[in-house]
Amino acid sequence: MPPNPTQLGQTLGTLLTLAWLLPLFGFAVEIFGGFWGTRKSKAAAYLAVACIGGAFVLSLSALLIWGSETKWAAIKTGGHGGGHAEASADPAHHAAAATEHAEPATHAPETAAAHAFPKSFSGTIYVLAEFRTLRFAIDYYIDSLTLVMFTMVTLIASLIHLFAIGYMGDELTDDHEDHQVHTSHGHLHRPGRFYRFFAFLSLFSFSMLGLVLAGNVFMVFIFWELVGVCSYFLIGFYTERKSASTAANKAFIMNRVGDFGFLIGLMILLTYFGTFQFATRVEDGKTRAGLFDLLRDEHGAIKVSEQGSTVFLNAQDEPDPAAADATPTTKTIPYYLLLTAGLGVFAGCIGKSAQFPLQTWLPDAMEGPTPVSALVHSATMVAAGVYLTGRFYPMFVPEVLLTIAYIGCITLFLAATIAIVATDIKRVLAYSTISQLGYMMLGLGVGGWVAGLFHLITHAFFKSLMFLASGSVIYGCHHVQEMPQMGGLWKKMPITAFTMLVGVIAIAGLAVPGVIAFSGYHSKDAIVATALTFAQLNSTHFLLFYVPLVGAGITAFYMFRLWFYTFAGEPRDHHVYEHAHESPWVMTVPLIVLSVFAAFCASGFFYDLPGPLEKLLLASEPAGVAAGLSGDVSGLALPSHAAIHANHKMAGTYALLIAALGTVTAYLFYGARVFDPAEVKRQLSSLHTFLAEKWWFDEVYDVMFVRPAHIVARGCAAFDRVVFDGFLHFMARLGVLVSKWDRVFDEQIIDGFVNRLADVTFDTGRIFGFLQTGRLRQYVMFIAVGVVGIFILVVFFG
Amino acid sequence: MQPVGLNVYLMIAGILFVCGVVCMATKRNAIGVLMGVELVLNGANLNFVAFARYTKLGLDGQVISLFVIVLAAAEAAIALAIALNFYNNHLTIDVDRADELHG
Repeated sequence: MPPNPTQLGQTLGTLLTLAWLLPLFGFAVEIFGGFWGTRKSKAAAYLAVACIGGAFVLSLSALLIWGSETKWAAIKTGGHGGGHAEASADPAHHAAAATEHAEPATHAPETAAAHAFPKSFSGTIYVLAEFRTLRFAIDYYIDSLTLVMFTMVTLIASLIHLFAIGYMGDELTDDHEDHQVHTSHGHLHRPGRFYRFFAFLSLFSFSMLGLVLAGNVFMVFIFWELVGVCSYFLIGFYTERKSASTAANKAFIMNRVGDFGFLIGLMILLTYFGTFQFATRVEDGKTRAGLFDLLRDEHGAIKVSEQGSTVFLNAQDEPDPAAADATPTTKTIPYYLLLTAGLGVFAGCIGKSAQFPLQTWLPDAMEGPTPVSALVHSATMVAAGVYLTGRFYPMFVPEVLLTIAYIGCITLFLAATIAIVATDIKRVLAYSTISQLGYMMLGLGVGGWVAGLFHLITHAFFKSLMFLASGSVIYGCHHVQEMPQMGGLWKKMPITAFTMLVGVIAIAGLAVPGVIAFSGYHSKDAIVATALTFAQLNSTHFLLFYVPLVGAGITAFYMFRLWFYTFAGEPRDHHVYEHAHESPWVMTVPLIVLSVFAAFCASGFFYDLPGPLEKLLLASEPAGVAAGLSGDVSGLALPSHAAIHANHKMAGTYALLIAALGTVTAYLFYGARVFDPAEVKRQLSSLHTFLAEKWWFDEVYDVMFVRPAHIVARGCAAFDRVVFDGFLHFMARLGVLVSKWDRVFDEQIIDGFVNRLADVTFDTGRIFGFLQTGRLRQYVMFIAVGVVGIFILVVFFG
Repeated sequence: MQPVGLNVYLMIAGILFVCGVVCMATKRNAIGVLMGVELVLNGANLNFVAFARYTKLGLDGQVISLFVIVLAAAEAAIALAIALNFYNNHLTIDVDRADELHG
C-alpha cells in the first residue's frame, strides 16, 4: 500500500479512539455491578480486564501500523520522524474524520521515507461548542509519544487489572471485615466492593488515555481533573478508614493548588493565542494555527523583540472588515505573560506529579489498595504531569525550563533522602516515585526532552513492577507493610523476590559494562548526561548535575535497602515469616511479564546504545531541541544532541560508579549486616528524625496554611454568628412583629366586616321567616286581602 | 228576552271568584280547598270567555280559557297526588296540620 498520511491518520485516530472508549464502556457496565450481579461475582473484573486488554491490543496495533506505514523510519534513522505537522479536521465528518496534509519537511538531511509522513496526526472526534474562534472539541493528537504512552498505559493497566483480581479477592463477599476500622462492636463489617474497585479502575484508564490522546489543552484539563477524581475515589477506597479518607482529601486539595496555576496558564493562553489546540488545522480553507505553530517557527525558534519584552506570534490578526484600509497586525504576547503561562501550566504538573512543594500528598496516597498505588500513583497518573510538561514543551521559555529543572532537582534529592529512613515498604516506593519524577522533570528542564520521557516510560514499567511485588509481599504477609517485621522472605516467595530484584536493579541503574544493562540504566544515563552537558554550558547551575548524580547513589542505596530488608537475611518477625506464602498465579504472572519489560524495554542491540524505544520517542521531539535551544532573554543555553552524546559515556560511567557505591553500602548495612544501621541512626538521631518526619513538610504546611486557615475560618464563623446571624435574627423578629399586627388587622377589620354582613343577612332572614307560618288558609287570606288591597289602591289612588 | 251584557258575566265571575276564595280560606279539608281553587279558576275562565265575546280580544280569550282548563286539570291531578301522599303520612287531609314548612 502506498503511504498515505491522511488514511494513516484516520486509522490511528479510530484505533486509539476505540482503545480510549473501551474502558469507559467497561466503567458504565461495571458501576452497576451491584445491580446485575452479586458481590461474589468476578464478572466485573473480567469485563474490566477484557476492556483494557482490548485497548492494549488496539494501541499495540496502532503502534505497529504506524511503524510499518512509516517503514520504521523513526527507528532506522534515529532522527526526526518527519517534517512539520500540519493537520486539520473536516467538520463535515464528525467521528474521527480527519485529514492531514503534510507540509514539505524542512530538515534537509532526512531520508525520503521520513518526508512522506507528518510528525503528528491530529483531528477532531467531536465538536462540543464553537463560539467564533473559540472552540471546545474532543481532538486527538497522535505522534509517537502518544502511541508509546498508549501502549505503555494499556499494557501496565492490563497487568495491574489482572493482579488486582487476586489482590482484591477478599472483597468478594457480602460481609467484609475491615481490620483497621474499629467500631463500638469490634471491627467494621461492610459488604465487599469488588465490582466498584474495577469500575473505578476502568474509569481511571479511560481518563488517563483521554489525557494522553487529547489534542487541545482544554481537553487535557478535563481529563486531568478526571484522573484526579479517580485518584480521589481510589485512594479513599477504604473510605471508612480515617487515614484513607483524609489522604484522599489531601491528594485532591493539593492537586487543586496546582490546578489553580494551570487555570491561570490556560486563561493567558486563551487570551493571547485565542486557541487551545496543539496542532494547526485547516477548516473551510482557512488555516487555524495551533499553539505550537503560533509560538515557534519550523526551527523551534521564538521571535522576541529587541528589548526582550514582547514575543511575536506567527499569526496575524484578521483585519477589521469595517476599516477600509486595514492591514493585518502581527499578534504579540508580553514575554512575562508567556513566562507566567508556562509556570502556571507547570504548576498543574507540580501538583499532579507530586513535585516540591506539593509532594506531600503522594506518600499519603499509599492508603489506597496496592494495585492502585502501582497503576495510579506510580506508573501513570503521577506521570501525567511529566507527560504534559513534555507535550507542552514548545510553550515553555528557557526560564520556565530552568524552573522545571530546579524543581525536579530539589524534589529528587528531598524524596530520595526521606526514602532512606522510611520503613513502610509502600512508602519507600512512594518516595522513590517522587524522586524519579523529579529526575524526569530535571531531564525535561535541562533540555533532555527524550531523556525525561524515556525515563517516564521505563520508570512506569519498573515502578509498577515493584509496587505489584510489594503488593504481593503485603498479600503474602497478611497485610503487614512494615519492613522491620519482614526479612528472609525470598525463601517463601521466590518469584516475588526475583522480580522485585529485577525492578530494583533497573531503578538503581546498575549494569555490567559491555554485557547487559537494564532499562533504568539507559534512561537515567540519558538524564545525567543531559544534566552534565547543561551544567557545562551554564556553569552557575552546576548543582543540576551533582544533585542527580548523588541522587543516583541514594536511589541505589534505598532500593537495595528495601530489597535486603524484605527478602534477604534472617526473618525478623517469625510470626509473619511463618504465615507468609507466595501469591497465586494471577498475581505472579503480571510480575513476571512486567519484570521482562522493566529489564529490557529500553534495550537495543548494543548494550550502551539507545534502543528502539528511545528512538521512537525521538521521532516526536519538538523542533529545535536537537540542535540545542538558547534562551534569548536570560542567556541560558540548552544542550544539543551532539553535545549530550559527547558526554554520554562519561556521565554513564559516573552514574554507574555512584550507583554501585550505593548498592555496596546497602549490602554492607542490610545484606551482610557488617555495619549496624541502628548505630548510625543513634549517632545521627537528629538527622534521622528530620528525615523520618519528612523534612517537617507536613508540620510546616500545617503551621503555614492549615492553622491560619483555621484561624480565618474561626473568625469568619464568629463574624457569621455575630453580624449575619444578628441581622437575620433582627429581621426575623421584625417579621414576627409585623405579622402580629397584620393578624389583628385581619381578624378585626376584614373578618369583622364579613361577619357583620353575614349577621345582618341572617337576622333579616330570621325576621321574614316568621311570615312563613305554613298555614295554607292564612296564605289564601293574605292573597285575598292583598288582591283587594291592590284593587283598592288601583281604583282609588291609581 | 233581553240579552245579557258583559257586566252580568263579570258580576257572576266576581261572585264565583269570591266564593272560591272564601272556600279556600275557610275549608280545612284539602279537597274543599281544591274545589275553591277550581271555582277561582272558573271565575277567571268566565272572564276570558266573556271578554272574548264582547270585546276585541276575540278567539284569544277562548284559547286562553282552554289552556286554563287544561292547566286546572293538571293542577288538580298534582294537588290530589299531594293530598294522597299527605294522607298517607299524616292520616288526615286537614290543611292546618300541614304547617311543617313554616319559617
